[in-house]
Amino acid sequence: MLYLGPDQADQTKQDSTSTDWQQYYQQQAAIAKHPLLQQFYSNGMIAASTPISQVPLVAIDFETTGLSAEDNGIVSIGLVPFNLQRIFSSQARQWLLKPRFALTDNSVTVHRITHSEVSNAPDLSAVLPELLPLLAGKVAVVHYRQIERNFLAASVKVRLGESILFPVIDTLELEARLHRARPLSWWDKLRRRQQVSIRLDASRSRYQLPPYRPHHAVTDAIASAELFQAQLSHRYSPDTPVSELWC
Amino acid sequence: MEIEQIEILEFLKRHPPFQELPAEQLQQVALSIDIGYFKAGSEILRFNEPLQALHLIRSGAVETYRRNGDLYNRMSEGGFFGEQGLLRGAKVRFPATALEDTLIYFIPDEIFQQLFDDNEFFADYVQVGDSERRKTSKASSQARADLLGATVSTLLSREPVTIGSDASVWQAAQLMTEQSVSSLLILDTEQHLAGIITDKDIRSRLVAPGLKSEIPVTDIMSANPVTIEQQQYIFEAMMLMLRHNLHHLPVLKRQQPVGVIAISDIIRFESQSSLYVVSRIFRQQTVDELQALVPDVHACFVRMVNEDANSQMIGSAMAAIGRSFKQRLLELAEAELGPPPVPYCFLALGSMARDEQLVLTDQDNALILDNRFDPRLHDDYFKQLASFVSDGLAACGYTYCTGKIMATNPEWRQPLHVWQQYFQNWISQPSAERLLHSSIFFDLDGVWGELKWAEQLQQLVSKLAQKQPLFLASMTRNALSRTPPLGFFKDFVMEQDGKQNNILNIKRRGTAPFVDLIRIHALAIGSTESNSFSRLQQIIAAKVLPKGRAEDLRDAFEVIAMTRIRHQAAALRNGEEPDNNVLPEQLSEFERKHLKEAFQVLSNAQKFLKFHFKA
Repeated sequence: MLYLGPDQADQTKQDSTSTDWQQYYQQQAAIAKHPLLQQFYSNGMIAASTPISQVPLVAIDFETTGLSAEDNGIVSIGLVPFNLQRIFSSQARQWLLKPRFALTDNSVTVHRITHSEVSNAPDLSAVLPELLPLLAGKVAVVHYRQIERNFLAASVKVRLGESILFPVIDTLELEARLHRARPLSWWDKLRRRQQVSIRLDASRSRYQLPPYRPHHAVTDAIASAELFQAQLSHRYSPDTPVSELWC
Repeated sequence: MEIEQIEILEFLKRHPPFQELPAEQLQQVALSIDIGYFKAGSEILRFNEPLQALHLIRSGAVETYRRNGDLYNRMSEGGFFGEQGLLRGAKVRFPATALEDTLIYFIPDEIFQQLFDDNEFFADYVQVGDSERRKTSKASSQARADLLGATVSTLLSREPVTIGSDASVWQAAQLMTEQSVSSLLILDTEQHLAGIITDKDIRSRLVAPGLKSEIPVTDIMSANPVTIEQQQYIFEAMMLMLRHNLHHLPVLKRQQPVGVIAISDIIRFESQSSLYVVSRIFRQQTVDELQALVPDVHACFVRMVNEDANSQMIGSAMAAIGRSFKQRLLELAEAELGPPPVPYCFLALGSMARDEQLVLTDQDNALILDNRFDPRLHDDYFKQLASFVSDGLAACGYTYCTGKIMATNPEWRQPLHVWQQYFQNWISQPSAERLLHSSIFFDLDGVWGELKWAEQLQQLVSKLAQKQPLFLASMTRNALSRTPPLGFFKDFVMEQDGKQNNILNIKRRGTAPFVDLIRIHALAIGSTESNSFSRLQQIIAAKVLPKGRAEDLRDAFEVIAMTRIRHQAAALRNGEEPDNNVLPEQLSEFERKHLKEAFQVLSNAQKFLKFHFKA
């Protein structure tokens, strides 16, 4: 229903600040047919004016077989609940999944999940009853939202016949606000100045966060949660309304 | 089974005491940990607030404080805090603040208590660490501050007991008994200090030889004793007493004696007691007995590091200990071989002469003999003397010099006039080999015998070297052959040419080029000092470097020297052989940052040196 392919992704960004997620969840709770989704939405969403210090957060990371949500599948999901004080890594969860599309050799190299591991893994549909309650009522934090939001939307649509949409805070976008506020000038280009990297590890190192082995779903989720705590403590007040951060 | 918190588990595996836990328990800890980020300067723990977790530093640096605001401890990656609060009522006892951007792992109280109850090693580590820290911060945070910062005058509790130089020993002994003092100052007619006598002097110089107590006190006093000015620091007094093996040190104010400090006044400031080690060295009767003191020397080194002594204190204490070993070995050698046929001076060279000795060191030494020395008649004696000392030093952990810079080598067992000729040739006609000799032999110190000859050689170098631009330029070229690395990146050393190494030889790439560089500036201004810090003082006073540059050098040298010292102390603590090979991954982010800056200072100073001496 509200599946947003990669093309429409930019549109969400456009009206991100205007999206009233509380109202949206109320509507969806009434419309949704699948009980899992009904339950998910009826948990509700906090008001847009809620200060970020009061917001229950969950950092998520997907490892996928490729970049396009239409032709690739999810291989693993990692999540960790957190707030501005604590990252509850003791409650972190990770699932290995059997993707709808085959693993490519390239993706095997990236996240080191092998064909044999995946062949014994469950399908996403078996995991959704556990996964969705952990996301319900929380604001998701990801690094590069196109992956997590689009892949979950596409995968849920295939399995439940309806899509899913939820607010996310994108740590990559928060870095871009700072470092990509204006494009490089001709003068910068003349001096061959490089764009500041806003990838996860590069962004983390700017906040003196340690390097982690990448492409492990729980590690990347924890890494994004740490990055968000760092971004908040350096650049935002804990009273910042969540509407300034989510989209 | 592999758990999902692999980064946490891997981190725990790298750090004590966690790395010692059985795999299952370690997983349980990793699974229990929560995480929090603290910006530099932010408060982590507030006094007396409830405490629910042991705080383990994943990255960054943290300072803990006493209630009165004094610094209690400073820790970086792998350090933990809050254990005392958890063991005593689950309230914060030492508030904590992030010194850098810091990531904390929280280990819940119940898991901490369980580890503490179940695992003896863990409990010991936490408690010993705790009591060690408290010991060092209580006995010594006060003492350390005083030792480093307080002046000698604060130790003086009474006026000095003095007597005129016309008094007899009997009168002196009477006065000492009356005043119940163990030392007495002898003043000349102008009330200036002429000498000192101690209980021991009366025993060994009057009673033992069977002299009468009516003889003048001046006959048995130590004339022109070593003294210290009252505004000098306590640690300087300690260094003087160590160096000269003194138990009493007269204190002067504008030439007038104002008191005496005794060894016991200082020992309470210095629990690890390099002074004790020195006095024990002089009581040993055989090489075997001396060898048995080696563990004490190592313990002394480690404790000085634990108590935050600076590199100058540690370097001079270790040099004093090394010098004492040599002196005692020479006493033992003379007792065995009989008195020397002609006078001699035994020289220490290199780090011992510079008062920059550590635990890992080889023996560089030489003999200056009287000009009447006749090889056919006398060399047999000095050859045996040199071997006795050299073998004895090797037994006590000072390994033989691979470059054969030892008095056992006939080339370095020569009369004074030959040494003077050597030095002149090295300076006037430098060659590769001679330059190497210059850099070793020009850091010299007389240890035993005719010490004035050592001073004469130092004067000679200071007079000749500064007038020889060619010599200084050649020394500079030599000194520039060893460069510091550019810095660190993750777990390797980045070289200036972009190459990556996994090991940093902190001596070859850090302290040695520093010492070389400082020596050249010192030679250029005619300094006769050997210690790098003393040389820097003179370089600062001579204003030959751009403003502030010599001070930067001093601070950077301290950073590098302390990194080397801490590295060796860590090896000794772990029961390993100390070396100079620092693995970048063993350094905290804090240390790396400072080291990188120190290397930068060194690198700039080398460029300046090259330009300055037209090398």
